[in-house]
Amino acid sequence: MSSLTARPDTRSGTTLHIGLDELGRLHAHALRGYPHEVVGLLGGDRGLGEVRQVVPLENEHADAPERRFRVDGRQLMRAERALEADGVEVLGYYHSHPDHPASWSDEDRDQALPDMSYVITSISAGPDGPPRVADTRSWRLREDRSGMDHETLVVAGPAPAPEP
Amino acid sequence: MPVTVHIPTALRAYTEKQAAVSVEGDTVDAALQALTTTYGGLERHLRGPDGKLRSFVNVYLGDEDIRFLPEKGATALAPGAELSIVPSIAGGAR
Repeated sequence: MSSLTARPDTRSGTTLHIGLDELGRLHAHALRGYPHEVVGLLGGDRGLGEVRQVVPLENEHADAPERRFRVDGRQLMRAERALEADGVEVLGYYHSHPDHPASWSDEDRDQALPDMSYVITSISAGPDGPPRVADTRSWRLREDRSGMDHETLVVAGPAPAPEP
Repeated sequence: MPVTVHIPTALRAYTEKQAAVSVEGDTVDAALQALTTTYGGLERHLRGPDGKLRSFVNVYLGDEDIRFLPEKGATALAPGAELSIVPSIAGGAR
């Protein structure tokens, strides 16, 4: 499946690990929401750069949800506190780009927080087929806020079954 | 007077990993100024080039968003007041 292929990028030293199941949940959320943008939280272990929980949030952008997303402070604070109460750290956020590449936009950069991963998944509908996942990439804001750098997204399958 | 400012995960790299810091300030604006003076790395993420708080930066006094308080940033702080920096997230394809 080409959309799951990790793309090593030598410009960035960071790597985000996500399990196949969690990535599947993220993709399912993005497909369900098409043609609107969806958004959610990535919870897990910041030290290891490991996503263990994908938490869908509500896109509150009322005017143009097909090309914008917004989650206000109260909704985000509630969701982050619920995760942290379970000992799960927030590693970043994901959102979808319906019929648009999985690259950051100026809007994404201007609103981005430092020290967080921003996973963007591109959903596209072919001329005669259902929407499908076209690409998924992860980005991090540069310290000087001039842009976002690609980080390697490593997708891990389920652990092998123990030997009988 | 000392007030407590709660720092979100994304910004703790700039506060020596502290989730809450104590700063001096008689008003919300003064406390925020003291915060960015002490922790200089926060400045460019909290404020835009125009010096105003960025649109995704919300500041709460207790449970109230300061934008909805009558005196906004000029609101006086009582001893032991708790401020929280609460980011919203936003963006989009185009």
